[in-house]
Amino acid sequence: MGLLHFTNDGGDCVDNYVNQYVVVAIFIVLGILLPAAALTAGRLLRPHKPTDPKQTTYESGNEPVGEGQVRFNIRYYLFALMFVIFDVETVFLYPWAVAYNKLGLFVLIEMFIFTGMLLIGLLYAWKKKVLQWNSV
Amino acid sequence: MGAWLNGPMTWGNAVVIFLWGAVFLMIVLGFVTYAIYFERKVIGWMQFRQGPNRVGPLGLLQTVADIFKLLIKEDTIPRKADRLLFMLAPVLAYVPAFSVLAVIPYTQKLYFADLNVGLLYYVALSGISTLAIVLGGWASNNKYALLGGMRSAAQMISYEVPLVISVVGVILLSGSLNLRDIVEAQSGGWFWNWNFLPQIIGFAVFIIAAVSELNRTPFDLPEAESELVAGYHVEYSGFRFAFFMLTEYVYVYAIAALTTVLFLGGWQAPAPFLEFVPGILWFLLKFVFVVFFLFWIRATFPRIRVDQLMGLGWKVLLPVSLLNVFLTAVYIELFIKG
Repeated sequence: MGLLHFTNDGGDCVDNYVNQYVVVAIFIVLGILLPAAALTAGRLLRPHKPTDPKQTTYESGNEPVGEGQVRFNIRYYLFALMFVIFDVETVFLYPWAVAYNKLGLFVLIEMFIFTGMLLIGLLYAWKKKVLQWNSV
Repeated sequence: MGAWLNGPMTWGNAVVIFLWGAVFLMIVLGFVTYAIYFERKVIGWMQFRQGPNRVGPLGLLQTVADIFKLLIKEDTIPRKADRLLFMLAPVLAYVPAFSVLAVIPYTQKLYFADLNVGLLYYVALSGISTLAIVLGGWASNNKYALLGGMRSAAQMISYEVPLVISVVGVILLSGSLNLRDIVEAQSGGWFWNWNFLPQIIGFAVFIIAAVSELNRTPFDLPEAESELVAGYHVEYSGFRFAFFMLTEYVYVYAIAALTTVLFLGGWQAPAPFLEFVPGILWFLLKFVFVVFFLFWIRATFPRIRVDQLMGLGWKVLLPVSLLNVFLTAVYIELFIKG
């Protein structure tokens, strides 16, 4: 029942809990319906006269050189790795923050140690010049 | 909405909610139409220009005309593009933008979904739009678009983390992820009870990271028109392009509403003797101010370089937001629990 703790409307808790997600589902359906309707309506209204020059890839008016989908700078990959680490940290921070008032001093120190270790990792990456953005 | 949702969901109820959702969708589209007009007008005045003033009285129909133009414009898909992903990307960008609005509460009684993980739901869904931008950039098979998409990914992963951590202070103070509970925790009559003063560090980090997540100036590197033509949507035309634009402005709505709820006290009045004014008016006033603030930033700041962007995210915002979490936790330990 832990998850239902915050529903404060009274009434039947489980029904209320499920119904909120029905509303979310309705929003997602509406979100899909608008592009579907607008693009279908557009298909009836807009002209369709494809020519070869229209369908070439845009490259500032020049003939496109080579492929567009090329391999990309490794630097983005290192940032992505750091993102994963700190995003997982936020997964731990959120429940900790919600329950903080019911927990003791011990969890504060525990979170200090956990975050401290991740910060050491950030400092290491900083020293290793991962955060330095240079054009390689 | 609360009253119908306590019993079991019937088809009748679902249809009623669907219709209210459709009405709300129209309101959001109206907001987007006039937010674009307002933005052009405000930036025009700030730069000693007139802004749009030809179509309709005072140019009020300019955006409407633009939308109809986009609707009847030919839709060109480049031969080399990945057709399926190219067509999927604008829809994938738009759907989460609208879905996050389900959890925003406007007053104590006026809200759509009252999720107890509301804030988490918002953060989780808003990340999906970046995926769509990367997808659009990749599927276009265009060098500018790919660069724009990749920049967007790098920017999103650098600013998502400070954004998410900066609101942990708010969660600590209110002990809930439910957006209605967060607003209730800020009640107390006077405006200094709202989170933006006790959480001033978190508020600053949140605003900077939010502008970056919106891909707006000074963080509009994914579509930097002076370097990348138009960034990830170079190859998009007609209504597919319109959906990328729509996504951006629906997120302006979402971020402005979320800032109001998290930091500016939602529907709370700024002073006890002003409580006779309906809460929805306070909400709208704060909401419009945040929207104006976002446009004001755009008119004021130049675009920053990509190395400055990454440096600011990882070297400044991330440590500062973590510091804010522990300052708040220690404060609660010493003064509230003690």
